[in-house]
Amino acid sequence: MDSFTTPLLAGTATGALLLIAALGLALTFGQMGVINMAHGEFLMAGAYTAFLTQQVVTNADVSILVALPAAFVVAGLLGLLLEVTVIAWMYRRPLDTLLVTVGVGLFLQQLAKDVFGAQGDPVRTPSWLEGNLPVFGYHWPYRQMFTIVLAVVALAALAALLKYSSFGRQIRATVQNRDLAETVGVRTRAVDRITFFVGSGLAGIGGVAVSLISGTNPRLGTAYIISAFLVVVAGGLGQLKGTVIAAFAVGIATSFFADWTSASMAQVATFALVVVFLQLRPQGLFTVRSRGLA
Amino acid sequence: MLEVRDVTAGYGRTMVLEKVTLAVPPGGAVAVMGHNGAGKTTLLRVAVGLLPVRSGRVFLDGDDVTGLRPSARVRRGLGYVPQGQQAFPQMTTLENLRLITTTRERIDDVLDTFPALRGLLSRRAGLLSGGQRQQLAIARTLLTQPRMLILDEPTEGIQPNVVAEIEGVISALTERGDLSVLLVEQHVGFALRATSSYCVLESGRITSRGDGGPAAIDAVRAAMAV
Repeated sequence: MDSFTTPLLAGTATGALLLIAALGLALTFGQMGVINMAHGEFLMAGAYTAFLTQQVVTNADVSILVALPAAFVVAGLLGLLLEVTVIAWMYRRPLDTLLVTVGVGLFLQQLAKDVFGAQGDPVRTPSWLEGNLPVFGYHWPYRQMFTIVLAVVALAALAALLKYSSFGRQIRATVQNRDLAETVGVRTRAVDRITFFVGSGLAGIGGVAVSLISGTNPRLGTAYIISAFLVVVAGGLGQLKGTVIAAFAVGIATSFFADWTSASMAQVATFALVVVFLQLRPQGLFTVRSRGLA
Repeated sequence: MLEVRDVTAGYGRTMVLEKVTLAVPPGGAVAVMGHNGAGKTTLLRVAVGLLPVRSGRVFLDGDDVTGLRPSARVRRGLGYVPQGQQAFPQMTTLENLRLITTTRERIDDVLDTFPALRGLLSRRAGLLSGGQRQQLAIARTLLTQPRMLILDEPTEGIQPNVVAEIEGVISALTERGDLSVLLVEQHVGFALRATSSYCVLESGRITSRGDGGPAAIDAVRAAMAV
């Protein structure tokens, strides 16, 4: 039973981390079509925010609760800055955006190395997340379970924002038909900026979750960025439910492959699996159906 | 209300409008007619702000709005129903309307104008027929409470029974008196019935102008035959 439950439960937690990273991308890439390769560095910024928060709020039980909104704001502001200074000038130029944001990502990594050092810093786990829950022989760490709770809360908040709020309708309208949205009074530039803030902020929350599991590291984001993009593409652009299924599928598959082979071979096998899937279904898991072209 | 003054505009190196001047007085209704490719839609896109001018100015209520984005013009009272029955396809009919306002009474008011939409509120707009989508497009624009309404071929590609309904609504709007209307329409008879004056656009220039009404139909057909 161990050989099944261990990779399943650990993979579910990995999937949850991927989901938080991918939710932000589902907004900025899936909805807005911007390939932001610096998104992983927003994850890293979230992790360092958790670390810095612990330097100020030394009680680890409390600091993590402060770090979550702080990381959302820090990563969100970084995303907003990137949108205003770089990406706003490159809409409809995906290759340019990709190249420039790779550069921005490398710059942020170097900045983190210069400020915090090349070695990572540990982030202390709050006492209420220490320990584990025995499940069919696997001692499931509370930290991993917390990641899943965080992913579910982030998903529910984002889905509710998109579905029920006035701002959510404005995001969806802008994504579906930018010119039409403008002509019904939606300030699409403001929507772009706030969407980027929210998408990047979600990566910051993901960074806090990652910091609890592996501490901080200037290159922390690179481990997640490619997988997160794969998740969004495999899930189907503009579809949150596809992103959710793809995130857990990739997380669990990677975990099983790692159990059978090695961590690096698991990445290769998972990527190969996604590539084969996209060959068979290039539009991803879910597609948008429409009667007309409108 | 709306004035387009000496406007030259185009796409890339191609100039579509050459020094076009057109004014819609407060409460007035003007029809723009012309063959395909004459520049009618380009003229409307300039008026709305979707296409920048190369030269010339656009005024709304006497204010120069040439540099304003479309959303800013909408807040100043401009309403635009674009060509092609456009809707936000993945949003339901109700969400398309709630994008503008969540006030139930205002939504109820426009649904009274287009009662066929009442039974389609939870249906995704992308799954509506062309006629239903056009009714939704007009309803959505009316919710922005425009004082200057611009319509681009509102009856194009729509089944005849819905055309009559849409024509009825537009005629009623032009007769309200507190709403100015700029209408681009291929259907000359309807356009002249619904408006008080017309102009004919050919190859990016206005070649003919006059008072509307059914009596003008021969003059318009003659101008368009040139």
